[in-house]
Amino acid sequence: MCRLSREKTIKTTTDIDSLRSEIRDKSVRVIDVRREEDYKQNHIPSSVNLPLANLLSDDSPERVQKLFQSLGIDDETPVVVYDDTFGALASRVAWTLEYIGHSDVSLLETTYSKWKSLGLEHETKTPEIQTKTHSLNLNPEILATSDYLEQSKEKPNTLLIDNRERLNYLEQHIPGAVNLPYRTLASSDKILRPKDDMKRLLENRGVTNNAEIITYCGSVGTLSGLAYYALKSVGLPNVKLYVRSFKEWKNLKKPTQKQEDASYWDLSAE
Amino acid sequence: MTVSDVKQTRTDSIKPKVNWARMEEAEDFAKTVKLFRQGKYDEDSFRRYRLQHGAYGTRMTSDYAMVRIKLPAGEVYPNQLEKISQLSEQFSIGSAHISTRENIQLHWVILEDVSEIFRGLAEVGLTSREACGNSVRNVMCSPLSGVCADEKFDSTPYALATAKFFLRNPIAQSLPRKFKFNFTCCEQHGMVRMVDVGLIPQLRESNGIKQRGFKIFLGGGLGNRSFVGHQLEEFTPEEDLLYTSLAVLRIFDRLGDRKNLARNRMRYLVNDMGWDKFQNLVLKERAIVRATQSVVTSLEIDDSSDIKRPIKITDQSGFSVPDGYARWLKTNTIKQKQSEYHSVFLTLEAGDITATQLVALAEIIREFSSEGKARTGFNQNIAIRYIHNDDLPNLYSKLLQAGLAKSGALTMTAPIGCSGTTSCNLALTNSHRLAKEIQRKFLEMKLDEDVDLQDSSIKISGCPNSCGQHGIATIGFFGGGGRVGKEMYPNYQMSLGGRSDGETMLGVTCTRVPAKRVIPVILKIIELFKQHKKSNDSLKEWIHRVVNEKEDSAIKSVNDIRKILDPLTIPPTKEDDPDFYSDYGTDTSYHTKTGKGECAA
Ligand code: SF4
Repeated sequence: MCRLSREKTIKTTTDIDSLRSEIRDKSVRVIDVRREEDYKQNHIPSSVNLPLANLLSDDSPERVQKLFQSLGIDDETPVVVYDDTFGALASRVAWTLEYIGHSDVSLLETTYSKWKSLGLEHETKTPEIQTKTHSLNLNPEILATSDYLEQSKEKPNTLLIDNRERLNYLEQHIPGAVNLPYRTLASSDKILRPKDDMKRLLENRGVTNNAEIITYCGSVGTLSGLAYYALKSVGLPNVKLYVRSFKEWKNLKKPTQKQEDASYWDLSAE
Repeated sequence: MTVSDVKQTRTDSIKPKVNWARMEEAEDFAKTVKLFRQGKYDEDSFRRYRLQHGAYGTRMTSDYAMVRIKLPAGEVYPNQLEKISQLSEQFSIGSAHISTRENIQLHWVILEDVSEIFRGLAEVGLTSREACGNSVRNVMCSPLSGVCADEKFDSTPYALATAKFFLRNPIAQSLPRKFKFNFTCCEQHGMVRMVDVGLIPQLRESNGIKQRGFKIFLGGGLGNRSFVGHQLEEFTPEEDLLYTSLAVLRIFDRLGDRKNLARNRMRYLVNDMGWDKFQNLVLKERAIVRATQSVVTSLEIDDSSDIKRPIKITDQSGFSVPDGYARWLKTNTIKQKQSEYHSVFLTLEAGDITATQLVALAEIIREFSSEGKARTGFNQNIAIRYIHNDDLPNLYSKLLQAGLAKSGALTMTAPIGCSGTTSCNLALTNSHRLAKEIQRKFLEMKLDEDVDLQDSSIKISGCPNSCGQHGIATIGFFGGGGRVGKEMYPNYQMSLGGRSDGETMLGVTCTRVPAKRVIPVILKIIELFKQHKKSNDSLKEWIHRVVNEKEDSAIKSVNDIRKILDPLTIPPTKEDDPDFYSDYGTDTSYHTKTGKGECAA
C-alpha cells in the first residue's frame, strides 16, 4: 500500500517552468541523452551528457550505478532527463535509473528542439561534476523478461502492449499483445498527452487500474519506455517494461503472431 | 523593392468555411463501442451505427475498422491535412488513402480508437458521418469546378450546400441503400452519368436574363451491374435543384428495394420501372415537394471567394529549374480559365500518401495556392489550384523535396486500384498493388509522355464490385481466381472501351488476364494500337472504334484483340514459373478468401 501511494506521487514529467527554476536553484541534475557531438554544440544549462548508446553498451546494474554516480547523482538527487527523440531515449535512461532504485527522476515535458524553438536558454560549456555515491536497490517490479512474459501468458489480468507502428505489429507480434503505437502517446507539443486525454484513450481500450501492464517495442525499450511513462502518468500502479523487447523475443525463437490473409503493406505509401 | 521587403501575408488565415463536425458524436461512438463489446448492443445494430458514422469493417477481422473522412466537394485545408497526418500516425498505418469519391481513408484502425479519430477530426471541422452506410454519401464536385475553361459557372457552392442540407438530415438516415451526388464543371471532367444524381451546370437565357441551372442525370451507377444515367429534363433551374433532389430521394426512400441487398441501388429501381415512368414520377413528386414544403426550403449558397497570391519571402536568385520539370508540367498541370493560374495534380500511387507528405503538402498549399486549400479529385489524387504561372518551377522543386513530384497524374500511367486484399473483406486480388506496379513500370518506360495515350485510363477492382471503377476505364480489370488443376492463380477479367464523358459507355468484356500478365497484355494492346492507328488517333478513340466495330484496320473487334492476346494469357506450369501462382505483395500461393461485405470502396 505504502509503495503504491509513493508511486502515485511520483511525477513523470517536469514542465519547462519548473525545470528552469530548479536549474536556477541548482536543485536538479539534468541529463541530456543526445549524442556527444549534439550535446557539445549546445544544451540546457547545467545539463550533463549521457548518450543512450553509452548506457546501452553495458546496462548491467553495477555499471549503470557507476555511470550515474559519475554524473553526480546520489540517492536523493532530483533528476530530469531530456532528448530530441520525442522522449523515447530519455525514457529509457530514466527507467534505468528507476530500476537501480532511484525514485526522483522525471522526463522534461518537451524535446530539446522545442526548448530551443521557444528561445529558452542554452549553453555550450560542460559543467564540472563531482562523483557521488548511489546505492543499488533494484526495483524488479518494473522489469519484465522473456521468461516473465512466458509465465504471464496465462494470467488473466496481464496486458501486453506493443508500441511499434501499426504495420510492424500487424506483420508480427508477441502472441496476445495489443498495439498502441508510440505516436499515440504524444500531443502536438509535448512528449506525453495531457492526462485526461491519455486516460480516455486507455479507458476506451479497456485498460483498468488493476491490470498488470507490460510494454515492449522493437529493440531496446525506448519507444516502450516512453509508453511506460505514459501509463505511469495516469497513475496506473503496475507497469513493467520488457526492456529487451521484440528483438530478443525473435532471437530466442519464441512464438509470434500475425494478422493473416491481408496485404496491408501495399496500402502504405512508403 | 525586393519581395522580402513586403510584409508576409500568407494564406494561413484561410479557414474552412463549413464545420461538418459534431464533437458529441465522438463520445457517443466510444460509449457505443463499449456497450457492443459488453454484448449490450447486437451485432447488426452496431454495424449499422458504425457504418452511419463512417467506419467500415476490415478484411478478416472485427478488431479493425477503416475510417472514411468525407471531404464535401473534395475541399481540404492545410490544417486539416496536418491533422489527418497526425491521426494516421497515431491510429492508422502512417499513410492515408485518397479514394475515388474525394474521401480520405484511414485503414487498419483499432475499433476502440475510432472515437479518438472522430475527436481529432472534429477539432478541424471534419466528419466521417454518413460516409458509409445507407445514407447520402460524400457529395462530389469536379476538382476543376471554378477554374475549368468549359464550365458555365462554378458548381462548388451548390455541392457544398447540398452536402450541408443532407448531412444528419432525418430524411437521409435510413435509405434503402447508399445514395450519391456528383456535381461537375463540364461534360469532360466529371462522372455525371455514372451516379445516382449527376449534375452539370447550365445557363439559360430568357428575356435577356441569364439564368443558372443544371442538366441532371438520374439512375446511373457502377457496380455488379452498371447502368448509364438518364437526363431528367432539358434544364433544371437552380431554385429547383433542392426540390428535385428531395423528390428523387423521397421516391427512392419509398420504393427502393429494402430486401435484396444486391439490387437496391436506385439504378435498379429506375431500370425495373422503366425510365419514362420514373421520370414522370420524379416530376410529379417534385411538384408535390414544391407545394407542400411548409417552410421555404432552399440551399444556402455561399459563393464568396478569397483568391490572394501568397507573397514570397524567399530569395529567388540562384534558383534553377530542376530536371523533369517539363515532363511534369505536361502531364500534371492544367491551365485555368483565370489565365495567370494553373491547377496542379499530384501523382500518387493508387491514392496513398504518407503522413510526412501530408504535412509537406499542407505547407506547400499555404505557400503556393492563392485559394489556400486543395481538392481531392476523382482519380485517387489531389489538385492544388490557383498556382500562379510564375510559381510553377518553384512549386515543382518543393514537391520534389516532398517526394510528390512524380509525373503522369493526368495520364494513363496513373491507374486506379481499389483497396483489394490490402484491407477489403470482399477482395479476391491485390488490385491496389497491381495499380502501383503498372504505374511504376509505365513511368519507367516514360509512357506518360506519349500524347496518344494521355486521355486513356486504367482502372482496377479487386472483385466484381466496381469500387475501382473498371467499367468506365479504357482498359479495365476486375479480380477473380483462376485455376489450373488444383492450383489457383490471381486472375482478372479485362474490359475495353469504357468511358464516363459525354459518350459514356461501359467497357466491353475482352478476356481473362492472369495478374502477372496484366502488364505485358496492356503493352501488347498499346503495340497493336501503334501498328493500326490513324494519324492523330488516341488509344481511347482507337479502342472506342474497335469495341463499336467501326474500325477498318485488321483489328475489327474485341474478339480480334482477344485472339492476339490469347498466347500471353496461358498459365505456365508451377514448376516453370511459381511466381505466376502468387499475387502481388505476397509470396505464398494464391487462394481466394473473403469475408462479409460492407462494400468498401
Ligand atoms: S468490394 Fe470494392 S474495394 Fe473491395 S475488392 Fe471489390 S471492388 Fe475492391
